[in-house]
Amino acid sequence: MTLLLTFLTSTIRLGITLLLGSTGEIITEKSGHLNLGIPGIMCVGAACGCLGESLYTSSLDSYDQMSPLPAVIIPILCSLLGSALMGLIYSFLTVTLRANQNVTGLALTTFGVGVTNYIISQLEFVSFQRGSRFFTAALPFADKLGWFGQLFLSYGFLVYLSLAIAIVASIVLTKTRLGLHLRSVGENPATADAMGINVTLYRYAATCVGSAIAGLGGLFFVMDYLGGNWEYCIDAMGWLSIALVIFAVWKPHVSILGSFLFGGLYIAYNYIGGVTFAQKELLKMLPYVVTILVLIVTSIRNKRENQPPAGLGLNYYREER
Amino acid sequence: MSTAVVENQKQIALELRNITKTFGRVVANKNVDLTVYRGEILAILGENGCGKTTLMNMISGIYYPDEGQIFVDGEEVVIRSPKDAFAHRIGMVHQHFKLVDVFNATENIVLGVKDGQKTSMAEAQKKVEALIDRYGFQLDFKKNIHEMSVSEKQTVEIVKVLYRSADILILDEPTAVLTPQETEKLFTVLRRMRDDGKSIIIITHKLHEVLALTDRVTVLRRGEHIATVNTAETDENQLTEMMVGKKISLNIERLEPENPRDRLIVSHISCTDREGIKLLDDVSFTARSGEILGIAGIAGSGQRELLESIAGLQNLDCGEITYFDPKTEKAVELRSKTPLQIRDLGVRLSFVPEDRLGMGLVGDMDIIDNMMLRSYRRGHSMFVDRKKPRDLAEEIIQSLEIATPSATTPVRRLSGGNVQKVLLGREIASSPTVLMAAYPVRGLDINSSYAIYHLLNAQKKSGAAVIFVGEDLDVLMALCDRIMVIASGRIAGIVDGKTADKREIGLLMTKSATADKIQKSANNGKETVSS
Repeated sequence: MTLLLTFLTSTIRLGITLLLGSTGEIITEKSGHLNLGIPGIMCVGAACGCLGESLYTSSLDSYDQMSPLPAVIIPILCSLLGSALMGLIYSFLTVTLRANQNVTGLALTTFGVGVTNYIISQLEFVSFQRGSRFFTAALPFADKLGWFGQLFLSYGFLVYLSLAIAIVASIVLTKTRLGLHLRSVGENPATADAMGINVTLYRYAATCVGSAIAGLGGLFFVMDYLGGNWEYCIDAMGWLSIALVIFAVWKPHVSILGSFLFGGLYIAYNYIGGVTFAQKELLKMLPYVVTILVLIVTSIRNKRENQPPAGLGLNYYREER
Repeated sequence: MSTAVVENQKQIALELRNITKTFGRVVANKNVDLTVYRGEILAILGENGCGKTTLMNMISGIYYPDEGQIFVDGEEVVIRSPKDAFAHRIGMVHQHFKLVDVFNATENIVLGVKDGQKTSMAEAQKKVEALIDRYGFQLDFKKNIHEMSVSEKQTVEIVKVLYRSADILILDEPTAVLTPQETEKLFTVLRRMRDDGKSIIIITHKLHEVLALTDRVTVLRRGEHIATVNTAETDENQLTEMMVGKKISLNIERLEPENPRDRLIVSHISCTDREGIKLLDDVSFTARSGEILGIAGIAGSGQRELLESIAGLQNLDCGEITYFDPKTEKAVELRSKTPLQIRDLGVRLSFVPEDRLGMGLVGDMDIIDNMMLRSYRRGHSMFVDRKKPRDLAEEIIQSLEIATPSATTPVRRLSGGNVQKVLLGREIASSPTVLMAAYPVRGLDINSSYAIYHLLNAQKKSGAAVIFVGEDLDVLMALCDRIMVIASGRIAGIVDGKTADKREIGLLMTKSATADKIQKSANNGKETVSS
């Protein structure tokens, strides 16, 4: 029972990382930008957050003086800013300079991982190890409610915030005029342009907002899931998030369930007794296998609504109308 | 009745004065005047490339005129974008619909509307429903665009324009994609909109529709305004004559065919597109060696499909394409063979497609590499032989006087005429026995055009069967030995190039299967009324 509970809570916490990554990427892809820089952006988001925490603690005399609010707000703001800047670079390259989207994205991933490794090498790990407890702080009465409390209430605030972000994103995309305009930009930019929608603005904004959300996922991974310990595997979370976008057929609310499934599959090896190293690596592949299965199923059913945005990966120039 | 309405009100909705528009050296519109009244349907009639669509694009904000003025309700206006046009209550339904596939009708209709007061989707829906009821459209606005038929998509486009409260509606060849029944429905709706006081301009080249629907007709030819007449006071013959004009003699050489032999016999071929619409309908003809067979017709009447069928690029439902070998006189069946199989049979077939840089050449590759597209399979080593293609490229540049910095310049950087020469040069280099060219002089200046005519004549002289798809009737009549007219995927007739009459060809071109059917249904209607 406790083992199952530990598995489920870990699943949800890893899932939230993927949920933030995929929600960010869905918002970006709905504008027609296939941003393969997400792994790099999640790394940068994590690194900038840690940098922020580090800067905050270095202004204090001792770690004991850390107070909850700045210890949480400063890293989050730094993370959002750093990853949004990555989104801005991506948009500038693809929209303004008309660079190829795939090439730009992959370049940003390698760039992001490199920058991250440099930033982290300059930081004191203690600062974010100490800061982590403010991120993971659960409601005080959570542990008094038995399994219910542990399964639903034992998480840090970012878990609930992330779920809210995914739900809000889903509502904005499907129910509001803003979402309608954004989707039209991703589906058929020429039509959106003819209808007086500012394609450039929408693409820049969606990419920056999406990157910021994904970057927050990177920070969450370090501060919450890893408990403030740095590991050089955040880019793997980025690739999983991109796979999750396909799994969720570009719908943020499907992505919520998908993220828990992916999270569970990815860590299942820890909870199955007697797996060898090779078997462990095989089990970690399961999320990708599931993604391929989803691709096969959606391709066979060939329902237009479950296809990627029609303008995905294509840059739009008005002169070629 | 309708003309009476116009005379009573005579309130001018839109006026164009002296509009001129040029693209590079090509004059699309020259000093065009146009008046549109409230509550009337005006047809803009003309052949392909006469400047109909360009003129309308200037009203709807796609292009900006070089010269001239536009007045809406008597006031001079400047229209620089579709947004400006909507602000002046002008809306255009383009031939290629601008719709988002995965959205439903309402979502497409409200897209981008900035009405300040933030109409909710439910309210927007009601407004759309009201419009649909008012003009009698038939539309399921919950359906997504990709599930709709072409006619439904067109309805969405029209409602979209009405939703933006347009009073002047421009429709670019609205019936080109419709069945006769759908056309009738559209006409009913358009008449209702006219009676509601809207001004409707339809661009068309179908005479029977002009006569059936409109109040007045403006005829354009070669970018110039020829005449505006009341529909009730004209007939098909007069309109055709205004459309095609008097015969102009061009100084194009026409050689007598030498020893013509049947080279290619096409018999009873038909094909349909994915939606089940017939693209070619029972087409039969013979192409002879040493002869140029011209194909005339309104654009999109099946010319492309016909040539692609012969080239092995189009799946046919039925029929046969038989090729006769010039040496052995043996018959070879070409149907359901790939281009490669056709070539392996020893058939020397050359195809100059309409879409030069899409189907004919690779724009980013240089002239040498483009020559290799035809010869890459030659040679036995694993490395390609670039020597021969280079020689061929140099030879073509020399003999066809292609203006290019070098043979290694990407063809995309060449001018239209030179691109066409590269393509024709490559196709001719394989000394074809059948040469098919689709609109080979489109977009070329006079000198380049004549160079192309000479090349075609040279091929004819050397015994090739030349099939030439053209749009300029004067050129077709000067160059071709026989002219086959195609209309709505059917052969409307084959005439002799030397004795052909321009008006006769024009009438054949506009005679479509749809026309026959509409005529019939109209007659049926009359009978029921009289009985």
